[in-house]
Amino acid sequence: MNPNPLVDFLAPGMALPAGTLVLDNTADVMADAEEIHRHAAVALCFPRWTDGRAYSQGVLLRGRLRYAGTVIATGDVLADMLPLLRRCGFDAVQLRADQRLETAQRALGFFDSHYQVAPGDRRPALDHVPAVVGSAAP
Amino acid sequence: MYRYTDYDRHFVRARAAQFRDQLQRHLAGTLPEDDFRPLRLQNGWYVERHAPMLRVAVPYGELSSRQLRTLARIAREFDLQDAGLASERGGFGHFSTRQNVQFNWIPLARAADVMDLLAQVDMHGIQTSGNCIRNITSDALAGIAPDEQVDPRPFCELLRQWSTLHPEFAFLPRKFKIAVSGAREDRAATAWHDIGLRLRRNDAGKVGFAVSVGGGMGRTPVIATPVNDFVPWQQILVFIEAVVRVYNLYGRRDNLYKARIKILVKAEGQRFIDAVDREFAALLADPATMPIPESELVRLQRCFTPPPHPATAPAATAAEPLPAYQRWVDRNVHAHRWPGYRAVTLSLKRAGLPPGDVTADQMEGAAALADRFSSGELRVTHEQNLLLPWVPEHQLRALWLAARENGFATPNIGLLTDMIACPGGDLCALANARSIPVAAAITERFADLDELQDIGDIDLHISGCINSCGHHHSGHIGILGVDKDGSEWYQVTLAGADGSALSGPATPGKALGPSFAAEEVADVIEAVIATYLRERHSGESFIEAARRLGPLPFRQVADAVRRSTALIP
Repeated sequence: MNPNPLVDFLAPGMALPAGTLVLDNTADVMADAEEIHRHAAVALCFPRWTDGRAYSQGVLLRGRLRYAGTVIATGDVLADMLPLLRRCGFDAVQLRADQRLETAQRALGFFDSHYQVAPGDRRPALDHVPAVVGSAAP
Repeated sequence: MYRYTDYDRHFVRARAAQFRDQLQRHLAGTLPEDDFRPLRLQNGWYVERHAPMLRVAVPYGELSSRQLRTLARIAREFDLQDAGLASERGGFGHFSTRQNVQFNWIPLARAADVMDLLAQVDMHGIQTSGNCIRNITSDALAGIAPDEQVDPRPFCELLRQWSTLHPEFAFLPRKFKIAVSGAREDRAATAWHDIGLRLRRNDAGKVGFAVSVGGGMGRTPVIATPVNDFVPWQQILVFIEAVVRVYNLYGRRDNLYKARIKILVKAEGQRFIDAVDREFAALLADPATMPIPESELVRLQRCFTPPPHPATAPAATAAEPLPAYQRWVDRNVHAHRWPGYRAVTLSLKRAGLPPGDVTADQMEGAAALADRFSSGELRVTHEQNLLLPWVPEHQLRALWLAARENGFATPNIGLLTDMIACPGGDLCALANARSIPVAAAITERFADLDELQDIGDIDLHISGCINSCGHHHSGHIGILGVDKDGSEWYQVTLAGADGSALSGPATPGKALGPSFAAEEVADVIEAVIATYLRERHSGESFIEAARRLGPLPFRQVADAVRRSTALIP
């Protein structure tokens, strides 16, 4: 059972769901658009958790390609990355083996809104947010 | 100045709570140092030579007296230790070239308490370090400069909000610095930034930005490349998003020293600009992209309304101005865009204290001056001074007397002793050499105000290592600490420029031969200055003379003062 409906937690070390397209973080997601749309899930990789390329890939998948399947974060994924991942369009994560699920869930709870409207943010834009900025997608 | 809304306040407190959770996990041993480091850095916490260093953000340099009093309290109650030399007991803050303030002696175990205290006065350390978009910097005279075309502060605030915890850009290849200027004169060194923004009006009277990308210091000094000469203000966040996304996806991550955007821009040239333009066009074509609404700009502009017009001045006194007062007026008082006001620099360059350092008592003193003379507002300048932006003209004399009591009235703004210097090897773990003793030796050597005045306007910049926090590349005279075989050496550069009218187009200085020993540096500076005084044409500034004469005559006199380095074959 997943207590947080916004993010699915996949068991560390287990195979990704069948039919998942795994993309390297150097992949050009725009060039791979057709291939991506044929898959129900796309896994984006963090070879090191401080390598942030896959955040941009996630934003392009959701914002530019309007990809509606599951976007999974894999690799060196820390619990503390959860707020960023969710706001960049990821809706499933496979945490690094040493990470605790409860820490990841707590990490999602510190902020109830943000300055940016992010493509992964499924809540309605908050009207008290002072600035509506940058790009956004439904 | 901008006042935090309930939303901003709530947000900063949430950030403090998030950091406390991370710190507690680290102290409990469940968040290892390698994983904690990037998290603490993005809250301003370094681990330095003696203790952690905290860098507190001062967004575009605007500071209230209330905030400064809290910084004083942090210096007094948290930034201290019992052991060591007198200079190692803490109790002070350091204002940096990026308009932030740093503390050096706060124990990590008290870090979360300090963040809570800062949050109470709407302050934080968000993105003051780490490979993310750093605190936005601007002109210290923003909103008050007579040569200003467009007030940059509402745009700086927009950029602050947009960049704060931007989820896509929290882990870039390397740090990312944005500077904004809205005046004819570039007082924000925009060409030395990852993104430099110059506000302007086009021929049709519309407001937009000239954008340059890929400036930076470090071991490869690069001047930013102009990439767009007019981005309409409504689209500026979209354009910046395009720039940073291209950088995030394609910037190098295999080599720390080649990871800044300047390397990508240099390597790819026009292809980089084309990639940004394509991304910008794709964003604009997306119906989900929202330009900045006019109403939002108007709302932010209203946050920066000037204080009420100052009371009319009492009749001018007939007394002749004192020469000391006149000297201070000439150097530390600046013209103002609003009638009846002046801007006044409180000099943080004085004998006995490192450039930019202020003790807890002095912070209290500056806060009191701000309350009495400047509607409670201060600015932190790029040159590491404090500035009072709203001083009624008729109170200048009273301010001068009060500033003198606090040691803030050294009339040296723009002169040789108004130098930029990083904390250097005394405090910083990265530094190869100390900056503070070099700055002190030069300050002592050039204590004579008449002599300083005769030398005239000059930028002296000192960095303790190639990371260039002291901006040595852009100094008319630059001093760079280098490490050779475990001892401290100093390279001296000449004719660098920050891009201001005085300095000319931004350019890195050129080295004056091999590096010098620590005890030779003040002699080198003296010899270089003496050469300038001897060779200058009437009215010619140091930087003009240095460019006309070229390095040779300066190199000759510098080599002549070598003692220990003369012995090196």
